[in-house]
Amino acid sequence: MTTQEIANPELAATEVHGITRSSFILRGALAAGALYGTASVAPFVSQAFAATGGGDVEILNFALTLEYLEADFYNVKGRQVGLSGEARKYARVFGAEEAAHVSALSAAIKQLGGKPVAKPTFVFPATDEKSFLALASVLENTGVGAYNGAGPSLKSKEVLASAGSIVQIEARHAAAIDLLIGKSPTPNEGFDKPLSKAEVLAAAGPLIKK
Amino acid sequence: MASSANGTETHEETPPQPAGIVERLARDDVDRKRFLKMAGSAGAASFGAFVLAACGSSSSSSKSTTAASTATSVSSSAGGDIAILNYALTLEYLESEFYSKVIAAKLFSGKVGELLQTFGSQEDSHVVALKAAVMKLGGTPAENPKGKFPIKSATQVAQLAYTVENLGAAAYLGQAAKIQSPEVLASALAIHTVEARHAATLGTLVKKSVTPQGAFATPADMSSVLAAVKPFLP
Repeated sequence: MTTQEIANPELAATEVHGITRSSFILRGALAAGALYGTASVAPFVSQAFAATGGGDVEILNFALTLEYLEADFYNVKGRQVGLSGEARKYARVFGAEEAAHVSALSAAIKQLGGKPVAKPTFVFPATDEKSFLALASVLENTGVGAYNGAGPSLKSKEVLASAGSIVQIEARHAAAIDLLIGKSPTPNEGFDKPLSKAEVLAAAGPLIKK
Repeated sequence: MASSANGTETHEETPPQPAGIVERLARDDVDRKRFLKMAGSAGAASFGAFVLAACGSSSSSSKSTTAASTATSVSSSAGGDIAILNYALTLEYLESEFYSKVIAAKLFSGKVGELLQTFGSQEDSHVVALKAAVMKLGGTPAENPKGKFPIKSATQVAQLAYTVENLGAAAYLGQAAKIQSPEVLASALAIHTVEARHAATLGTLVKKSVTPQGAFATPADMSSVLAAVKPFLP
């Protein structure tokens, strides 16, 4: 991916902690920014993702923040935007599943002796069904990359099994949304790209209200 | 995906023959749920017991035996990963063979045909990657079991593909926590979610849920999966 494919030069100049701009998700985030306007791509705030002391709890809290984001997106923004047909059906089903992920992750964090992060306030730059689905694609694909990226760092095999059980659902959501909007259900071809925490923040950070 | 589903309506459905567990699972939601529940609760056996169980449940398959003997010839943790990779390789061979038969049968055209072709070549790329991974760990890649699949109609094939991909996704999920090497785990995760994407896509095609198990995917262990694919082995 070269910068000339990015419509908005201001976005192309966005510096993101030395992550390569060729990474899939950053491309997604920049494309989303180009679509929704520069204003929505606020400087991301990594402190919004509370660092709670490392290890599995920190990873789970990171995942929890993403799940809060996805749940709010479908369950709150989805209703505001006014969806129809398949988009509406997916938002309802996927929203309930993201909410179940929120509960499961919160419980897992407590079980490990950690404290679940509070739900942040989100700002979603979606105004209609089309922009909603475009953002859904970015969020779900980011979710897949985030879990796949964090997986090998998890110490507990139990936590890993749970994360695997969740990421498979994120991948299913991503494929369904991508098919609905005429995109490839396998954007990374045969192997989904794992994302680093910084890459995930680059995509999701701008959606978190400071 | 109403337009995609059209591809399946050009051929009449042949009533499926009462054959293997996979077809039964494909037809019967209750049966499938019971199967997956059973698959999920089995476990906790040591790795050795796992491979033995796998061999025992597929008497006609010499591939599991190959994996098992390979496993004992190298260090125990790499051996475990090699056996898992060879197991995954065997499943990928089956998926790859399945798609090539489906494509050769020319049952699908247009968008659906393209998707199935794409999925087939992605399964091929999994075969290549898994073979390379086994060799990198010092093991011998499992042989292609040369699967055989009933190819009757577009509807039946789409249904079977949906079942096979869901099984594949469950199989990877069932191994994730058993993998020792972080590199092998990262690769398995990268493939796992692609199988899930395939399964969801096929779900839209056969007008079934893209998330048939709800918010949490159920894993399947090695012996259950090998039993499920047994009807497709020669």
